[in-house]
Amino acid sequence: MNRQISRVAGLAMGLMIVLIVVTTYWQTWARPSLAERQDNAIQRVAQFEIRRGPILSPSRVLARNRERHVGERTFYLRRYPQGQFTAHVVGYSTVARARTGLERSLNSILTGADHSLSSLVDQSLDRLNGRPIVGDTVVTTLDVNGQRVALEALGSRCGAVVALDPQTGRVRVMVSSPSYNPNDVEDNFGRIEKIRADCTPASPLLNRASQGLYPPGSTFKVVTASAALDSRKFTTASTFVDPGYCTVYGKRVNNFDTSRPFGRVTLATALQYSVNSVFCNIGLALGAKAILRQAKAFGFYERPPLETPESERLPSGLYRGRELYDPRRDRDVDPGRMAFGQERLLVTPLQMAMVVGAIGNDGILMRPFVVEKTVTPNGKTSFRTRPTKIRRAVTPATARDVGDMMVRAVQAGTGTAAQISGLRIGGKTGTAETGITGSNTTWFIAFAGAEGQKPRLAIAVVLQNQSLTGGATAAPIARQVMQALLTPTAKN
Amino acid sequence: MSARNRELLNLGFAALVASAAFASVSIVGTGLVTTHWLGYVGVIFGLYLVAHVVGRFAVPYADPTLLPIVGLLTAIGLTVIYRLGPEDARRQAVWIAIGIGILCATLFWLRFDYRVLERYKYLFGISAIVLLMLPSIPGLGHRVNGANLWIKVGAMQFQPGELAKIFMIIFLAGYLRDKREALAQGRLKDLGPLLLIWGAAMLVLVQTSDLGSALLNFGIFLAMVYAATGRLVYVGAGIALFLAGSAALYNALDRVQQRVTVWLHPWTDDKVFCAINGKLEYRQNCDSYQLVKSLYSIANGGFGGTGLGKGTFTTVDGVQLIPYLNTDFIYSAIAQEAGLIGAAAVLLLVMVLVARGMRIALIAQDGFSKLLVTGLTFGLALQTFIIVGGVLRVVPLTGITLPFISYGGSSILANFVMLALLLLVSNRATATAVNR
Repeated sequence: MNRQISRVAGLAMGLMIVLIVVTTYWQTWARPSLAERQDNAIQRVAQFEIRRGPILSPSRVLARNRERHVGERTFYLRRYPQGQFTAHVVGYSTVARARTGLERSLNSILTGADHSLSSLVDQSLDRLNGRPIVGDTVVTTLDVNGQRVALEALGSRCGAVVALDPQTGRVRVMVSSPSYNPNDVEDNFGRIEKIRADCTPASPLLNRASQGLYPPGSTFKVVTASAALDSRKFTTASTFVDPGYCTVYGKRVNNFDTSRPFGRVTLATALQYSVNSVFCNIGLALGAKAILRQAKAFGFYERPPLETPESERLPSGLYRGRELYDPRRDRDVDPGRMAFGQERLLVTPLQMAMVVGAIGNDGILMRPFVVEKTVTPNGKTSFRTRPTKIRRAVTPATARDVGDMMVRAVQAGTGTAAQISGLRIGGKTGTAETGITGSNTTWFIAFAGAEGQKPRLAIAVVLQNQSLTGGATAAPIARQVMQALLTPTAKN
Repeated sequence: MSARNRELLNLGFAALVASAAFASVSIVGTGLVTTHWLGYVGVIFGLYLVAHVVGRFAVPYADPTLLPIVGLLTAIGLTVIYRLGPEDARRQAVWIAIGIGILCATLFWLRFDYRVLERYKYLFGISAIVLLMLPSIPGLGHRVNGANLWIKVGAMQFQPGELAKIFMIIFLAGYLRDKREALAQGRLKDLGPLLLIWGAAMLVLVQTSDLGSALLNFGIFLAMVYAATGRLVYVGAGIALFLAGSAALYNALDRVQQRVTVWLHPWTDDKVFCAINGKLEYRQNCDSYQLVKSLYSIANGGFGGTGLGKGTFTTVDGVQLIPYLNTDFIYSAIAQEAGLIGAAAVLLLVMVLVARGMRIALIAQDGFSKLLVTGLTFGLALQTFIIVGGVLRVVPLTGITLPFISYGGSSILANFVMLALLLLVSNRATATAVNR
């Protein structure tokens, strides 16, 4: 019988070993992915015992801790001193509703879980001594004053503003309207649900700057113009005859204002006054794939890189239903309509800021970033973002030519409302009609810098449900934000 | 050094470890360095000392590691239960005291020859069935969690299944010892009484939906039949029967289907119908809530654990996050606070206990003793595997106790009876070897 007993014993031992192995799996291998899960209530509570690192702007505190004592335990709950002004980028970290924004994507840095060996030793000692674990500080690139100016300029309108430094990719302003007060998320969520704005649903939690998809309207002409010049088939002086419409597949596509055809125009004039028929014909000449290739060079069809959570950033491009759609053949889409920003093109404000940034930066697309650096609890900089080039989007000559045409649009064209004396500003308006009167999506994208210097700012403004044009609605907002960011007296 | 002196020394070490654990929990809980926790450790190990003295008299040659390991396991369980709720710990301490009392009584009563039990094997078999059926009797039974496992007499609650398991093992050991030759040669008619009693027990278990215990008893049965006959055919047939039975149960009982679904797909990306509140929910917030929360608890422990007393089991507002934490899910509490090191240590303790038990089975002289100890020891291992494996998502989760650790009187008492039997067999086996 002993042989059988030995075998039964072996089986019993095997069962125990399986348990040890599987415990090891959950506690080491699977641990990080479980900790990341949004429904992980244990982590959600446990992480509030960690003294989370603050989130700062260069000069202000965006998120800090407030201690709460429950019995013998201390919880570090979050406060957001800037309230609604930095809500979407910073996000929130709460017990009730988990995390969003940088609070979510940088969670491991803010909780000190992303440690090197030396900080691991420090943490183990802290734990033994009963001291709370302290996370790293995150310093963002946001300009709180710019955020405030942008959000106040948007007012009750739904929309977003993104402003970045085209030479480095530093995001200076990223706001979405309507915004919400992240301090209400934990205990007063009802107050957030009651937020109303000039659009339904108001969706205050949505970061329209990177999650909102809008038809780009005429702002897409910047992409078409870049493709046209880069193809060498056209120059800024190429002339076209504008009959007020363009014929695509036998159908007429009208200009925004058909009562006043431009007649014989150059490409430069066409961009200055946003003449649809000219771009329609360029589109027909280049073909859809060539234009989309140019769009991809600007970053379309990729999630724009940023430190916010992936789910809070959407790629721009042609959409079919909810899916991004990349046509394989030229004739799958209508190149004429696409050339001036229709044909199911959907873009995010962040993407358009990247486009105009590349134009303002001699054709080089920089990787946008919102985290300047992270600092360990003992004051050492653990990480600093280095400006990185994504790729060259257009040749320097094309960038210069498109930029000059955009400058003319602001000096004497559709974008005059954005003028600021002493600054060289190149811009492009956009008015995408939705078919319903009074609910146009309006745009203004621009680069700006001191006269004779390379632009220091690229901006994209979008507004929903507008009855007027982008030049009348979005350009003034862009002007206010540019003024706040570039005029030295308003420096923050 | 004699066996009993080594046992005393080991008990001392166990008491030392338990003291450290209790001190840690107590200091974290109150923020003060106090000594009132010494009461718990003092009383418990005082009682173990009594058991040790009784052992010196009744089982002088018994294995010296069994009692200290059980002492350490119960102390670890008590520490975690204390940390989760001091009220439950007081009750658990009383149960441990009664358990040690029963241990001493059993040792004393059977000190000459435990093999008298074999004579009453049918009585044990029938008692096991009666015990299992008690909860189904109207007025006596008490339903917890969709399963009829409890009897309630006044304020006393008791789960007779735990004791029935031991009775069943005694019956099987006696019966298989008798018939093993015949069974090994394939005389199937000798299987008759065996299948009758055992089949009735399984039927009762399935009828009361105590699937964890059914699986446990089934496994023990197969292991004992194999040990007795050495015929893998029986094991194969048993497993085939088990699979067929499982399939039938799966189709017949929604409860079983739900357990299996939770086991295979605890997380869903889309909301599915939730029978608990009748709404659409993610499964992790509905059916698999317990399992998923317990996995989060285990993962949160990591390698070194959060430290005893410092784990997270409640929300910021003090609401319990994991239900049945001190019974079915006690392992996830240990794994969080003591980490991989602590959880593996607990499993290794069980493993040593199992190894020592199997060693006793190997050196025991007669078939009854061998089969008895094999059944008891394999049962210990399998029970640990079913509950810890359930918590770890190795097998579908069924609620049974973690031996010696989980909160619960019936389980503690039954396990001490098991310990008494192991000590008695060990004593006899070693004594025979020494005297020869």
